[in-house]
Amino acid sequence: MEREMSAHERLVPRATGTGDLFAVRGKQRYLLILMCMLLCSIMLSLALGAYAVSLKGTVSVLVAHLTPFGDVGSLHPVQDKVIWNLRFPRILVAIVVGVSLSVSGAVFQSVFRNPLVEPYILGVSSGSAFGAACSIVFPTIFFSVQGTAFLFGSVAVGAAYALSRVRGDTPVITLVLSGVIIGSVFSSFVSILKYVASDTALRDIVFWLMGGFYYASWDDVFVSLPIVTLSILFLWSYGWKLNILSMGDEEARCLGVNPEHAKLAVVSVATLLTAYAVSLAGIIAWVGLMMPHAARLLFGPDNRYVLPASALMGAIYLIVCDTIARTVASAEIPVGIIASILGAPYLCYLLRNKGRVIYG
Amino acid sequence: MNMMDVGDLWFSYGKKPILSGASFFVEEGTLCGLFGPNGSGKTTLFKCCLKFLAYARGTVCMDGTDISGLSVSQMARLVSYVPQDHAPPFPFLVKEIVLMGRSPHLRGVFGASSEDKRKVCDVLDSMGLLDIADSPYNQLSGGQRQLVLMARAIAQETPLMFLDEPTAALDFSNQLKVWKLVRSIVDDGVTVLACSHDPNHVSWFCDKVVVMGSNKILDSGPPEDVITDATLGTLYAEPCVRSYSGSVPVIIPRFSPGQIPSFPWGACP
Repeated sequence: MEREMSAHERLVPRATGTGDLFAVRGKQRYLLILMCMLLCSIMLSLALGAYAVSLKGTVSVLVAHLTPFGDVGSLHPVQDKVIWNLRFPRILVAIVVGVSLSVSGAVFQSVFRNPLVEPYILGVSSGSAFGAACSIVFPTIFFSVQGTAFLFGSVAVGAAYALSRVRGDTPVITLVLSGVIIGSVFSSFVSILKYVASDTALRDIVFWLMGGFYYASWDDVFVSLPIVTLSILFLWSYGWKLNILSMGDEEARCLGVNPEHAKLAVVSVATLLTAYAVSLAGIIAWVGLMMPHAARLLFGPDNRYVLPASALMGAIYLIVCDTIARTVASAEIPVGIIASILGAPYLCYLLRNKGRVIYG
Repeated sequence: MNMMDVGDLWFSYGKKPILSGASFFVEEGTLCGLFGPNGSGKTTLFKCCLKFLAYARGTVCMDGTDISGLSVSQMARLVSYVPQDHAPPFPFLVKEIVLMGRSPHLRGVFGASSEDKRKVCDVLDSMGLLDIADSPYNQLSGGQRQLVLMARAIAQETPLMFLDEPTAALDFSNQLKVWKLVRSIVDDGVTVLACSHDPNHVSWFCDKVVVMGSNKILDSGPPEDVITDATLGTLYAEPCVRSYSGSVPVIIPRFSPGQIPSFPWGACP
């Protein structure tokens, strides 16, 4: 006992005097900084746009609506409409989408033991694209674009999962290959629909595929906030198990985590989350791949920190992209395009400079 | 008392039989070597005992309990497993890898208590790994990685420990280091089953050897009774011989005359 105590005590001064071997204060500080950055980006994005509002005006609109101290009636009516009815729900939807894509990206990367996996790997994006295209081409049969996109996104992943299941086992390589197969089948279905679509419908399909938050409303926010919050908390509670799952199935088993149960739980929640994000905003590339990487650069590979960190970073990134998308040109640019263009240099930087750190 | 009892275990991949009626036992507090050439079914037997593979027939008892009814987390509190050297895809730090060994004992969601962390520190300290505790695991050398995986198994605090070819990828000095460490783990009261394809290692370090060949258990018992010329002759087409260096048995290949002209001590025994 005496020897054990001394071993521990000797450790205390090691980690720069702030704590023991497992000190986490630095990481918590980073998380706080990210939260502040998120708040700043929300404020900036509210103020910027085709109709400029001063920061003071923005704050007074928020105060009037969110706290009992303000009076909504005394606000400038145009400012109120622009900030509260147009920009604020749009920003919240961007946050929801960014958080969903980056957290499910981090989950998929751990489960599939590959830092290059993105949440669309199992065919969600192609499935959702097909759903959305169906709904655009046949609006009488599939009346809701969002609902149909979500439905087919989930169907695609379900099919990939079923296809890869062999004798109660889901090997990762088979799963990823089934995702590729199902994805390409749905992509060709989308091509068929594009081929038969009318000019207006074709234009709508193309715009949907490029992704954007044009139609975000308070209704979307009210539906998506609870769904996404609950799913994220659920996935976060699997943080430590995800670390263990990333060591491989057999090791997970001998460390007391049943890989089949855990994989099924986190993959289905992460898939529903991705399908939901895609149905809200179309296909936005790279976010789900980049944000977990960036989070790992700052926090190391421990998913208990990677998940919340990539959630915050995903939210900030999409707010920035969306603000650029609606301010940089006179017409609005689809946010998916901005996200890809901004993401590419960052990925190049990761590949050239941090390759060893991330890929080991 | 027997810590582990394997009775009449059968397993096949499709129609190809891998285990046909394997039976052996391991006494508490001993180091048992599972010895056999490549492809003899050692790893399959290992994986059946750990429930990675579902065996067709037979029983495996650990610490008096039939494992067929145990859940994954119950198993993890009974037996730890040191896999062969590997590189995981993410650069987890050594201390995080060892903390994973505490997982079967964690209760809450974020549950690594200060008690768990202290145990990890102690294990790292006793193995002299504190200096690399903050290094990424996948940038270590093979020998260090093996030590870290063993530290993780020790931190798991199970009565039984399985080692899969613990020294297969290591250099000579690291092989000895690891085997001596295994002996000290056994001296601390843990029962260890280690598979190895090196007849010297099992005869130098193990209390008992179970010999596997062509999907069956050929023999089991103390190494001096089991690792004999006859057993080696059955296992290997290439004939080997048990010689002695002092009192220590050494297995060496039998060279035919003229095969190595400059062989320092002339013709082989």
